[in-house]
Amino acid sequence: MGNRLRVVHYLNQFFGQIGGEDKADTEPLKRDGAVGPGVLFQGIFGQEAEIVGTVMCGDNYFNERTEAAKEAVLAMIEGYRPDLLLAGPAFNAGRYGMACGAICEEVTGRLEIPAVTGMFPENPGVESYRKSVYIVETKASSVGMRDAARKMALLAVKLARGEPLGFPEEEGYLPRGIRRNFFGSERGATRAVEMLLRKMKGDAFVTEYPMPAFDRVDPVPAIGNLGEVTLALITSGGIVPRGNPDHVESSSASKYGRYDIRGVERLSPDSYETAHGGYDPTYANEDPHRVLPLDVVRDLEREGAIGELYPYYYATVGNGTSVAKARGFAQEIAKDLVRDGVKAVIISST
Amino acid sequence: MAVHICSIVPISKTVGANRIIPAVAIPHPLGDPAKSSEEEKALRRALVEKALRAMKTKVEGQTVFEG
Repeated sequence: MGNRLRVVHYLNQFFGQIGGEDKADTEPLKRDGAVGPGVLFQGIFGQEAEIVGTVMCGDNYFNERTEAAKEAVLAMIEGYRPDLLLAGPAFNAGRYGMACGAICEEVTGRLEIPAVTGMFPENPGVESYRKSVYIVETKASSVGMRDAARKMALLAVKLARGEPLGFPEEEGYLPRGIRRNFFGSERGATRAVEMLLRKMKGDAFVTEYPMPAFDRVDPVPAIGNLGEVTLALITSGGIVPRGNPDHVESSSASKYGRYDIRGVERLSPDSYETAHGGYDPTYANEDPHRVLPLDVVRDLEREGAIGELYPYYYATVGNGTSVAKARGFAQEIAKDLVRDGVKAVIISST
Repeated sequence: MAVHICSIVPISKTVGANRIIPAVAIPHPLGDPAKSSEEEKALRRALVEKALRAMKTKVEGQTVFEG
């Protein structure tokens, strides 16, 4: 092996041996050589790599003044002319995880050198940075330090040497959602049937396409009397004012629309249409109520079956739209509805 | 409280809806172009009324309101 890799290590105030919570406001600072867990990393690297410097920052300082902290930390890292950055591991420490993720992302993007961190899967830094950063899976606390350090060091050296990586499970990092094409020894149909047979027999099998994790909520209690309740309409069927003023995409929607329906008794095909690109739009364009039942909800409002219809309806296109996006839409819409006292929602989906 | 009127019940279950009303068809969940417009509106009203009944119904877990 030729040249020894130059490594910089990022730590928080605690692992940097500056202090505990009382030192969480510590500004970025650097020390030459390895500090704290860096000594363990150096032992694993041996002659392969050398920790030339350690950059540290208090967790509160980093998270409260993120932009300033990022710039200062980045400048210190760059000053060591490293081939590689290690950050953490942060285990399940949230602020530390966010800092490690942010630093790794910056270093990878701006200094164009590989960066590796380590976190427990539930660290919020994972959700925020797993797609852009190599995050080795660790235990929740520093009892997992030795194992985490070994995996991080191996992965980091591989990346710095430009060696090909195996699957995330083999290398020990959290999947980044990257797909790489390869020629399998069996065609997809054969693999699928084999998987199905294993599943039917109750044998272990490994999916080739894990489904996203969906959250669950406990059902809310029944509503006694709807006569005084404000009800809102939401659809993933893409019913928008004609001309689609918000340009909601016909597939993989990145947004939703919120449309004023005060005084609107009917959705006329002259004024509304569907933006959805995943079903035959003929029927929805002939009569948008086939997707968004405004007409009968107005009738029920008049009859007193519900208190009133919320003055806006929400629409997006549920066609290849990512679960993460949809969750984001739902969080924003729910905020509006809760703020405005809406107690009941009908969501219609094609 | 939300009720999901949807054409593909398994998707609704997968994403975690708790009160689910099966709809008519993918391109017209709340209508049926084969019917007269009066019949169609009656059909739509029946689905929305079913959604309101679902809101008034106590459920323990994910529940599909059939029939």
